[in-house]
Amino acid sequence: MSNSSEKKRLVVVGNGMAPGRALERLIETAPDSFEVTIFNAEPRVNYDRIMLSPVLSGEKSFEEIVIHGDGWYVKNGITLYKGAKVTAIDRGRKTVTAEFVASGSGQAPLHPPVGVEYDQLIVATGSSPITIPVPGHDLPGVLSYRDLDDVNAMLLAAKSRGNAVVIGGGLLGLEAAAGLMEQGMQVSVLHLMPTLMERQLDPAAGHLLQRSIEARGINVITRANTKAILGAGKVEAVELDNGTVLPADLVVMAVGIRPNAGIAVDAGLNVNRGIVVDKSMRTNDPDIFALGECAEADGEVFGLVAPLYEMANVVAAQLIGEDAAVFKSSATATKLKVTGINVFSAGDFADAEDREEIVLRDGARGNYRRLVLKDNKIIGIVMYGDTSDGAWFFDLLKRRVDVSDMRETLIFGQNYAGGIPLDPEAAVAALPDEAEVCGCNGICKGDITGAIAGLGLKSLDDVRAHTKASASCGSCAGLVEQILRAQLGDAYNPAAVVPMCGCTDLGHDEVRRLIVAKAIKSLPDLLQQLEWKTSCGCAKCRPALNYYLLSSWPGEYVDDGQSRYINERVHANIQKDGTYSVVPRMWGGMTSAKELRAIADIVEKFDIPSVKCTGGQRIDMLGVKKEDLPAVWADLNSAGMVSGAAYAKGLRTVKTCVGKDWCRFGTRDSTGLGIKLEKFLWGSWTPAKLKLAVSGCPRNCAEATCKDIGVICVESGYDILFGGAAGLDIKGTEVLGHVGSEEETVEVIAALTQLYREQGRYLERIYKWAKRVGIENVREQVLDDRKRRAELYERFVYSQKFAQIDPWAERVAGKDAHEFQPMSVTTMEAAE
Amino acid sequence: MNADIRTWTSVGSIDDIPRRGARCVRNGDMTIAVFRTVDDQIFALEDKCPHRNGQLSQGIVHDNCVTCPLHNWVISLETGSAQGADEGQTSSCPVRVQDRQIYLDLTFNQVAS
Repeated sequence: MSNSSEKKRLVVVGNGMAPGRALERLIETAPDSFEVTIFNAEPRVNYDRIMLSPVLSGEKSFEEIVIHGDGWYVKNGITLYKGAKVTAIDRGRKTVTAEFVASGSGQAPLHPPVGVEYDQLIVATGSSPITIPVPGHDLPGVLSYRDLDDVNAMLLAAKSRGNAVVIGGGLLGLEAAAGLMEQGMQVSVLHLMPTLMERQLDPAAGHLLQRSIEARGINVITRANTKAILGAGKVEAVELDNGTVLPADLVVMAVGIRPNAGIAVDAGLNVNRGIVVDKSMRTNDPDIFALGECAEADGEVFGLVAPLYEMANVVAAQLIGEDAAVFKSSATATKLKVTGINVFSAGDFADAEDREEIVLRDGARGNYRRLVLKDNKIIGIVMYGDTSDGAWFFDLLKRRVDVSDMRETLIFGQNYAGGIPLDPEAAVAALPDEAEVCGCNGICKGDITGAIAGLGLKSLDDVRAHTKASASCGSCAGLVEQILRAQLGDAYNPAAVVPMCGCTDLGHDEVRRLIVAKAIKSLPDLLQQLEWKTSCGCAKCRPALNYYLLSSWPGEYVDDGQSRYINERVHANIQKDGTYSVVPRMWGGMTSAKELRAIADIVEKFDIPSVKCTGGQRIDMLGVKKEDLPAVWADLNSAGMVSGAAYAKGLRTVKTCVGKDWCRFGTRDSTGLGIKLEKFLWGSWTPAKLKLAVSGCPRNCAEATCKDIGVICVESGYDILFGGAAGLDIKGTEVLGHVGSEEETVEVIAALTQLYREQGRYLERIYKWAKRVGIENVREQVLDDRKRRAELYERFVYSQKFAQIDPWAERVAGKDAHEFQPMSVTTMEAAE
Repeated sequence: MNADIRTWTSVGSIDDIPRRGARCVRNGDMTIAVFRTVDDQIFALEDKCPHRNGQLSQGIVHDNCVTCPLHNWVISLETGSAQGADEGQTSSCPVRVQDRQIYLDLTFNQVAS
């Protein structure tokens, strides 16, 4: 049995994509072997840096590019320090020291520095953008393009719809330029070299690229040497050495990156251009690895994700003692992520005596292809326009295939390789299993087809989840879809509803509809009629089905405890050590001497280790043994308390402020309204948990604006809000509307809850449901349409007749007694 | 696998366990989860998920599997192995049912080692 004190301590400096991948691998292969601490100088979780350009252009949100949300770190027991910059490594004492970054200029940091000991250390400090040291480079309004803060700053600047100058016409610079143009700015790109992206493209492709960039309205100036950035107090213009002056409200420098090796130098590690590592990714200190853009392997530093992920795999393997895992760099392919412009390049495409080339130009369609061959093998690829054959060429390059036999038609791509044109699906079908499909993650076609067949995958999301193909930059998503189509035929339907789980092909909404339409009133009947593929469902569908049946047939359906999650089955919250926490209801957050005294007695009587206040204004007793639960509840019941349902996908709490009884700002009796609401709504089951709050004035001390449903009392009546969130997602509420009386407030909230109960998919919080069905639609049904509101209200009131029974009292009286006692207690003699 | 040398201990009747449910048997420091499937098969595993030691007895039983209540790992009741993409194995305890009475061989983990 391992415990935390025996685990090795792994400290990771940096939280970018490379260390993220290394930890993922480590957790997959040896989940409990390390106690992991991560320091991230950025104040956030791990996200897909390659996808910053789509965030800048507005095609994606930050949430969509997060790789590991907060939950991932929690689930895997990883300590993540956000906004913590490591300032020193002490190799003698094997510690790192980190300082917390202040949240604003002039502010003190939130925490004092921390020191952490390590057994093994990964330095993954990434790289910094290079700044050209021209006069004015430090003016406000001059940005680099590296992280989310840069993107946010650019988005803010773009609101002026003014002029932007991007210095650098490489991959990042062009993506930044296109994004800023999408945001409504006038954009100029300055490039020192004669053609764009000269490191990835030959001059011909560079010219074609320039033409299409210019056709989008972006001004491109090549051979442009920046002399100075001008401005008084903030950037106003950029001056070139030929005297040209370009007005600028924003300057983005994207001229390259430099490995961050400062702390490694200070710690006495070998540093050349980057931190020097051997084949096992170790620095000259065997307990310290360097990984990612800061590392220099084989005299090279790397900036594309594929080799960085390869490094990550090696580090993860080395950490668990697989000494055979070594890093060697291999060819990588580049793509530009600007919608509508397709560029592909790989390998070495410089001219030389011993090389031949095959070129295809299709001016009318703007297509250009050039293959560089040496000894009848492809060593370089440049494609512009139609890049669909990129994967095929790249596969030939990597496998060093002799192309003599297909030379005649090679340049036309795989469709013509045999002289017979093929349709795209057949082309995909003809790709060999070793052909790499996802360059970012090193996933071959065989990995994908194997997973589709072996795991019964049906969608792009499935393939992404299981193989990681197309999970990084996403540019191979089309290819993955073609593989799905080729393999599954008509069974692949990207527009199809997502099935509830592997037990059925039906989606949540369809199942709910059929439960009502076919008057299905029991679980066995449902599994039979809807042709479930498993004998009794699974842990995903059963709780959902139980809820759907329960909410569809109040008073008729008999709740199935075995289809409920443990917390709802035993009406308490399971803790990680197998004990439970108990939270009694305190209506509207109000309590009394009698209740507090009873709680104090119970805590002592049952030796309950922890008592704390919850965010919803309740008292939580933590660490109650399962066998003690009925006795604890009996004592709580006799002091007049019932279950607080802190475990329920149902009404949790109504939080209140003290209101006009005490507060000098209070406009109404917010506490009284909160108690009324809680007494009216308690016991109801909902698709996911439901938390309310009532504030007595717009100062909003009860924090009603981030709840599932909130009320803010004002002089003229009650503002009803809904659809807030303050968990893994943070979202302010939407305004449902204004009503004049308490009675109407209760009626509208009951109708809203009922509509959510009837339409919400299991585990779908109210904000997600509202987004799916539309805020307007909800408002119309529960506020504007009086008749509809009254119907919903009636149905809610009816279902409450069967719901408001205290589950604790039932169990004190003997219900489900088997849940709380072991079946048998024995002591086996040890075998001789 | 000679059944004759097994030491069977009676722990209760299959009627003590709800279908698609589980009960615990405490044996000294160890807890064993005894499961009853929808079709009345009985299985016994150490009550510890190979992932984070979650109590499998508290999970949802479906087909011949149980889903751990802590992080939703799915464990085979027959082998104790994690299903799907997860890897790990919980030790399983031999079970015999006679006249609805359940017998466990509680020496299973000593034999295994």
